[in-house]
Amino acid sequence: MALRDQIGPDFGDYGGRYMPESLIATLDELSAEYEAAKQDPAFAAELARLQATYTGRPSIITEAPRFAEHAGGARIILKREDLNHTGSHKINNVLGQALLVRRLGKTRLIAETGAGQHGVATATAAALFGMECTIYMGEVDTKRQALNVARMRLLGAEVVPVKTGSRTLKDAINEAFRDWVANADSTHYLLGTVNGPHPFPTMVRDFHKVIGEEARRQVLELTGRLPDAVAACVGGGSNAIGIFHAFLDDADVQLYGFEPGGHGIASGKHGATLSQGTPGILHGTKTYVLQDADGQTMESHSISAGLDYPGVGPEHAWLRDIGRASYLPITDDEAMSAFRLLCRTEGILPAIESSHALAGAIDLGKKLGRDAVILVNLSGRGDKDVETAGAYFGVLNGEAATESPADAEEAQS
Amino acid sequence: MTEVALTHVDSAIARANAERRGALIGYLPVGFPDLATSIDAAVALAENGADVLELGLPYSDPVMDGPVIQAAAQSALHAGFRVRDVFTAVREIRARVDVPALVMTYWNPVVQFGVDRFADELAAAGGSGLITPDITPDSAAEWVAASERTGLDRVFLSAPTSSDARLRMAADSSRGFVYAVSTMGITGERTDVDAAARTLVARLRNAGAATVCVGIGISTGEQVREVVGYADGAIVGSALVHALADGGVRGVAEVAAALSAGTRA
Ligand SMILES: Cc1ncc(COP(=O)(O)O)c(C=O)c1O
Repeated sequence: MALRDQIGPDFGDYGGRYMPESLIATLDELSAEYEAAKQDPAFAAELARLQATYTGRPSIITEAPRFAEHAGGARIILKREDLNHTGSHKINNVLGQALLVRRLGKTRLIAETGAGQHGVATATAAALFGMECTIYMGEVDTKRQALNVARMRLLGAEVVPVKTGSRTLKDAINEAFRDWVANADSTHYLLGTVNGPHPFPTMVRDFHKVIGEEARRQVLELTGRLPDAVAACVGGGSNAIGIFHAFLDDADVQLYGFEPGGHGIASGKHGATLSQGTPGILHGTKTYVLQDADGQTMESHSISAGLDYPGVGPEHAWLRDIGRASYLPITDDEAMSAFRLLCRTEGILPAIESSHALAGAIDLGKKLGRDAVILVNLSGRGDKDVETAGAYFGVLNGEAATESPADAEEAQS
Repeated sequence: MTEVALTHVDSAIARANAERRGALIGYLPVGFPDLATSIDAAVALAENGADVLELGLPYSDPVMDGPVIQAAAQSALHAGFRVRDVFTAVREIRARVDVPALVMTYWNPVVQFGVDRFADELAAAGGSGLITPDITPDSAAEWVAASERTGLDRVFLSAPTSSDARLRMAADSSRGFVYAVSTMGITGERTDVDAAARTLVARLRNAGAATVCVGIGISTGEQVREVVGYADGAIVGSALVHALADGGVRGVAEVAAALSAGTRA
């Protein structure tokens, strides 16, 4: 069977549905509606219309030659999900699920968010479809992504800061499930990545696979061949699976997921679930988890709120185990220097999440050399990160950046 | 390897029912506020009227729990709770009171410990079985096999939204009792027990469940009385945890006695 044809509930030993009985009927209802929608040409047509007229699909690709000089001279091609309406790939999944919710006759959307991009996309869809919206966000993340909190509120959503556990993304997911158990008759939990119980990993993957389908065609058109490697950052894994999926059966295309290495693997402060975790169950699915010997989930650490998660989608766990994709950590500092490099060489301000993929691409380019073509998923834009990056580089409040662009480029090469 | 004779939960419930009263099943987390106090509190709960103990295994991501139990679990984890403490607690409690003890646990800690190893150690400690809130029988083949092998009870949950087919599956797969979730929601004290509970219990009986206990949102003797009017037992959690947090072991004893008064018509 083609790898691309794999669907849930199970991805090898991973996936499934480990959930309270109270949510099973709701998940069954969702699975059935999704199956029905897949057979309905009107659903596909409506989604295509929204992608074209609202999101702005297809997103373009941009070759980044000045950036590539710092990446061994390989050709670096960016898939510009940052140019989507709302500023990231998250909208692809949100619009797909929102259309399903309308079919289900439900009137309220809830979602978790880390960086706030999924929350913003969900709040946007709620406004567009005239639905109520509540977003759960770890208290730590509401502070480091304050701009997105304001955006969600401006769009009419209620944002609930979650103060339990590690106060980040994993706890926001717990809180969203608790809301869903109590309100499932009117409410849909619009999960923002390719994890959770079946059908989420398959359904969210399907809504994002357009990224890779477009990019595969676009790279072929531009270069006359397939890329040697595809790079994406991995939090829960949605932008990564979105760009990987079209290439799964192209055996010569290497697939790389870059995970948050935080302060470095040795420090223990990271979120590198696939490289450092072990198989377990979290948030309704069997997958790799950062956990202690007792199966208690450990806190992850990353400068990037959107990658700060101790679990990962089960399809990635499977792709890792069968050796089809490789997952490597990128530290906060490596991501931030790639962030600055893209700003200064290409005039593109990337999300800190996506900067992990850029840093990975620099390493890949150096390894693969001049003839290589590397496709990078630029999953989001960095407007939301100006505060964090500004503080990191000391350029807020009129402070002068001490390094010139030349220094920055020097440091990279 | 398990020489300890297992105590079955259904016989404890049947004994209560034979005395013309409903069973009281009381929940407290192990390790809250510390291991020794949690053991004393569970003993006090048993001595003040609980027919079955439900000992919670603190977990980092308790999606079925409301604020009171979440806070207790988090505090137990901060205080250094380890999974093996559950076996210590069960052993000590069973040495002090003759009341069956079920462990209520989210699934990942059991998987990491090893399902068979967990079952063996629980049985050896004198535990009766498990209540598993985040796995359903169709995802629990390994646990069904381990409980068959060891003779442990296994309590699965059922919900007002469960289909008849799923209620039959819960009834067929459970041993001890079937846990009827009174309302669509998480644990916590509520002023009224949802009317959905009565319907669910009737549907479970039609589905062949011999013993049905109702939980979620029950926090007073009055509510216990109402529930045991149609179910075999009432399960109380947050109110007891709340009592332990505020009034210590004595607080648990008082609330347990008040809840227990509700088991008699
Ligand atoms: C721009 C961007 N990229 C990536 C991610 C990580 O999510 P995923 O791994 O599901 O793509 C996020 C999450 O917030 C994001 O905002």
